[in-house]
Amino acid sequence: MLIQKPADIAPSEITPEGVYFNRRQFMLGSAGLLLSGETLAALAGKKSTLSTSDKPNSLKEITTYNNYYEFGTDKSEPAMYAGSLKTRPWNVVVDGEVGKARSFGIEELLKQPLEERIYRLRCVEGWSMVVPWIGFPLASLLKQVAPNSRAKYVAFETLQRPAEMPGQRSRVLDWPYREGLRMDEAMHPLTILAVGLYNDVLPNQNGAPIRLVVPWKYGFKSIKSIVRIHLQEQMPATSWNMANAHEYGFYSNVNPDVDHPRWSQASERRIGEFLKRKTLPFNGYGDQVASLYRGMDLRRNF
Amino acid sequence: MTTLRMKNPAASRQPTRFNWLKITVFLLALLPLARAAWIVLSGMAVNPVEFITRSTGTWTLSFLLITLAISPLRQLSGWGWPLRLRRMLGLYAFFYGCLHFTTYLWLDQFFDWSGILHDIAKRPFITVGFAAMLLMTPLAITSTQGWMRRLKRNWGRLHRLVYPVAMLGVLHYWWLVKKDLTQPLLYGTALALLLGWRLYRRWRQP
Repeated sequence: MLIQKPADIAPSEITPEGVYFNRRQFMLGSAGLLLSGETLAALAGKKSTLSTSDKPNSLKEITTYNNYYEFGTDKSEPAMYAGSLKTRPWNVVVDGEVGKARSFGIEELLKQPLEERIYRLRCVEGWSMVVPWIGFPLASLLKQVAPNSRAKYVAFETLQRPAEMPGQRSRVLDWPYREGLRMDEAMHPLTILAVGLYNDVLPNQNGAPIRLVVPWKYGFKSIKSIVRIHLQEQMPATSWNMANAHEYGFYSNVNPDVDHPRWSQASERRIGEFLKRKTLPFNGYGDQVASLYRGMDLRRNF
Repeated sequence: MTTLRMKNPAASRQPTRFNWLKITVFLLALLPLARAAWIVLSGMAVNPVEFITRSTGTWTLSFLLITLAISPLRQLSGWGWPLRLRRMLGLYAFFYGCLHFTTYLWLDQFFDWSGILHDIAKRPFITVGFAAMLLMTPLAITSTQGWMRRLKRNWGRLHRLVYPVAMLGVLHYWWLVKKDLTQPLLYGTALALLLGWRLYRRWRQP
C-alpha cells in the first residue's frame, strides 16, 4: 500500500518560502502601483498577531479541494466550474437593524485596510487546512452602518445566480445559501471578511469576491460570495441547519467532544499530513473565544 | 465479447477462448486499482486517504453489481460465457472490499482498535459496512470447486448472502453521504433492478 507521501505539487508551482515571507518588502516597493487602482490583481495585507504560526497549505491544495455546493458537491468541482461566475459588478447590501443601511461596492471593500490572517480551517467532514487569508474585520464594516440595539444577530446570504452557479440548478440545498452569527461573534476581532488569499484576490472557488471567515467554527459557517448582510433581532435560519437540524446546529463551533451523529470529531486530517491530529476545542482559538459561550451547554447548542 | 463468440467454430477450441476471456477480464478488473495508484502517486489527489477510501468503496459496490448482473445477462441473452466470469468478478468485489476495509483500519484509524470498535458499534454506516464485509468473507472462502462439492445444495443457499451484502453496501454508501444522494441513488437503483428481475422471474415461474 501507499505509505510513501507523494510530492503533491510540482516544485515549479510553489512560491519559494523566502519570496512568500518577504512579500511585504516586494509589496512596499510596488505600493505606488497598488494605489493606482484595482486593475492590479495582487493584494497586500498587513501582518497580524492573530495569525497562526502553522505552515499554510499550498495554493494548489487550497484552490482544488473545496466545498462549494453552488458549483457541485464533489470537492474537485468548484475549481472546474467556478470560472463561470462573474464577480464584477458586485455589491453587498448591509441593512436591517441599523441606522445607516447601505450597499457597498466591491471596489470600496477592497480599499478597507487589509490584513493577512493565517487561520486554521476545520471542515465538519474531518479534514483541515491552514489558509493565508487577506481581509478585514467584519466588525469594521458593521460599525460603518451603525447597528441599533435590536441588532442581536447577523444573517448572511450568498449570491443566487443559477446561470453562473450550476449547482444551484439542483435542489441539493435550499438556495440561496444562508449563514448567521450572533452579534458578539460577528463583532469578534477574529471574524473577518476575506477578499483574498496568498496575496491575491480570492479565486472564485474560494468564495470570490468576498466571503466570511470564522476560524473557530466548522468551515460551512464561513459563507462565500456574499451579497447581503442583514442585522436582525431573531436568530437567522442557516442552510445546513435547514437541511438537517439534527446534524448541524446554529453555532457549529469546532468541538472534539461533540461528535457529528455519523462520525467522530475528535481528530482531523490536516491536508498534506499522513497522521491525523487531535482536534482542538474552538479549533485552537479557545483562549480568544471560549468566553463568548460561558454558561452555555455546548452539547445542546452544538 | 460477441466477436469472440462468433469466432468460435468448434467446441474443441472452447478452453482457449475461455482462458482469453478470463485473462482479459482479470486485467480489466485491475484497472481501477492502477488508476487509483496513479492518481495518488502522481500527487493529483489533495486528500489521498479520502480518495483511496472512496475509490475502493465504489469499486467494491460496482463489482458486486456486475456480479449480480451476470445471471440476468445470461437469462436475457441466452449466452453461456458470462457465467464463467462470475466467480472471478465476485472475488474482485471481495478484493476491493478488503482494500477498502484495510484503508479504513490502517490509513484512517491507524489500528486504533478501541476507536474502530467504537465506530462499528456506534456509527450505523460503519456497522452496516462492516457487516457486509463480514458476510462477504465466507463467500470468498467457499468460492472454490472443492467447497462447492462439499457444501452441495447448501453452497447455493450460502451464496444467496450476496443479496444482503449488496443491500448493506448500498445502505453503507447512503448513510455516509452528507447531502447529495445522487451516487448512492444510482447504485441503489441498479441493485433494485437486478433484484427486481429475480423476483419477477420467480413470480413468473412458480
